[in-house]
Amino acid sequence: MKHRGYYGPFGGAFLPEILVATFEELNAQFRQAKEDKHFWEEYETLMATYSCRPTPLTYAENLTRHFGGAKIYIKREDLNHTGAHKANNVMGQGLLVKRMGKKRVIAETGAGQHGVATATMAAKFGFDCTIYMGEVDVLRQRPNVFWMEQLGATVVPVTDGTRILKDAINEAFRDWVTNMDTTHYVLGTACGPHPFPEMVSWFQSIIGKEARVQIMKAEGRLPSKVFACVGGGSNAMGLFQGFMDDPVELVGVEAGGKGIASGRHASRLCSEDASFGIAQGYKTYFLQNSDGQMKETHSISAGLDYVGVSPILANMRDQGKARFEYATDTEVVDALKLTMRMEGIIPALESCHAFAGAFKEVANMSTDDIIIINQSGRGDKDIFTVADAIGDPKWKEFICSKAGEYRND
Amino acid sequence: MTETKNQAPAPAFLETYIREQRKKKDILLMTHIVMGYPSFEASFEIVRQMVDAGVDLMELQIPFSEPMADGPVILKANQAALDSGATVEKCFEFAQKVSDCFDIPFLFMTYGNILYKYGMDAFAARMSEIGVKGAIVPDFPPEEANDYLSAMNKHDMSAVFIFSPETSDQRMKMIDTHATGFIYCLARKGVTGKDTQFSSDMGSYLARCRKSTRLPTAVGFGVKEKADIDFLVGKADIAVVGSQTIREVEQKGVDATGPFIRSLIE
Repeated sequence: MKHRGYYGPFGGAFLPEILVATFEELNAQFRQAKEDKHFWEEYETLMATYSCRPTPLTYAENLTRHFGGAKIYIKREDLNHTGAHKANNVMGQGLLVKRMGKKRVIAETGAGQHGVATATMAAKFGFDCTIYMGEVDVLRQRPNVFWMEQLGATVVPVTDGTRILKDAINEAFRDWVTNMDTTHYVLGTACGPHPFPEMVSWFQSIIGKEARVQIMKAEGRLPSKVFACVGGGSNAMGLFQGFMDDPVELVGVEAGGKGIASGRHASRLCSEDASFGIAQGYKTYFLQNSDGQMKETHSISAGLDYVGVSPILANMRDQGKARFEYATDTEVVDALKLTMRMEGIIPALESCHAFAGAFKEVANMSTDDIIIINQSGRGDKDIFTVADAIGDPKWKEFICSKAGEYRND
Repeated sequence: MTETKNQAPAPAFLETYIREQRKKKDILLMTHIVMGYPSFEASFEIVRQMVDAGVDLMELQIPFSEPMADGPVILKANQAALDSGATVEKCFEFAQKVSDCFDIPFLFMTYGNILYKYGMDAFAARMSEIGVKGAIVPDFPPEEANDYLSAMNKHDMSAVFIFSPETSDQRMKMIDTHATGFIYCLARKGVTGKDTQFSSDMGSYLARCRKSTRLPTAVGFGVKEKADIDFLVGKADIAVVGSQTIREVEQKGVDATGPFIRSLIE
């Protein structure tokens, strides 16, 4: 029997029967698009004219001087339209939806970036759009909920389970099994049943392709290491694919939350707490108990707060092709503060994991070394979370007076 | 899988039982519970009343934290059962108790990860040991069911597979070669517990299902009253009532189970 979408022992398509035909159609469309040179050209043109591609590769001169080790470059996915790498995947899938002739898109979102990107794509292409978002995330990412709704999407807060990203994915699947005739599910990361891990990684590979060209142009040589944060794993897959056949160390940084020992984290690949499992349609490392029930995860960043991880990255870990580390909530906020002050750049809390991971290693590297950090998104959306973490009194004062104004309306 | 690819496994206990029962009844009734919801004591009393009222076979769902194919009613029951401490071990113990006490076949319904974590072979062996007759695992399509099928066949457990209105004739035939016991035909798209139109469209779909399998057929998703079951007579062998019993119990209490089941079959 033929297996589909396996990366070593990981991946597969553990689909309820009702979705099998839908996946066959999606797979066929994706194969066709992948083999069609014009499709990628159309995609690149769209990303150049609607988003900001190619995104810059910024030399972080001040951070480099500060650490006194390797030269630090930052790949600026925050400068994509909607402020994150999510747009790469979403616009690509949008082109596929047009090919399939479907009129409605649904998506899950954690940090809200994927939701905003999907709502944007739906507005541009004229699709109806419903976004599923865990209730906890709705509360911590209110600005993105606001924008999704303004863009015309319906945002459905998910009140089941742990009320975060994985629960939003389940709910999106429940919608899809009812409405697959009209609807495409724009899965936001390199997880889920085949062909999603491959398809999302393919669209995100634009990050690594550009970064490799850019670093060769700037420095004439390859970086020693590249760093990306890992939630589901799509931005890491995107960057890593540019350097897969090169002598470049690929480093993924997971959410260490309150620390690995606390158990309150979302580290699947660098902690001992995860084990092989099958859920949400694919096989990978999951944070689960001995019965196979998924555990509650924790991260300061909604986008990394997920129980599973890309089957492609899981396999790369087991094969020693990528290394995985973690950064705690505290380290992440410190990395954010430093990057803002030194470079005038505001990375998303998700991306700050990659910065924090890199900062732990960069000082011990030679000044001849180069590293690239993937800034997967911008931090504006995190204003409430960051203000709380920093404890800025002026911000609190502002919120209180704003609340007062609304109360008097 | 090569050994079973072109040759259907021998009829297991379940298929024989269904055919025997069908000689006595126009249509059989299969019900469903989530073990441990609202408690294991209540679950036992629900099973007792169901058997007493004349149910022919039952699905015992082992709760899972990510029940992707289930609608709101069963989803919440899964969560509540887990929150009040249901474990896989307690479910095995419960299943053993009901299969010791009641003389109808019991099946497990759960998601693949529960079997995967327990160990596929150990799980099937344990089912056999406690007297459960088969399983329905909605996220194991035949393409991903190699290890599962080997384990189930080895221990003479029925592996029930699913047909949906989206399943092609060709695929139905492929699924049939792997299935044992019966085929579970989804009445419609969507998740459990939503309304279903029992119409002539469904008649032709169910005829297509029957033609594509050598096994008895069961129809579930949205079956909730006697009229639905009457509609299915002559079109399927088993009617499956799932979410509606949970709703009845939630609204009227455990003792509503018996009268509800009787209202379906009398």
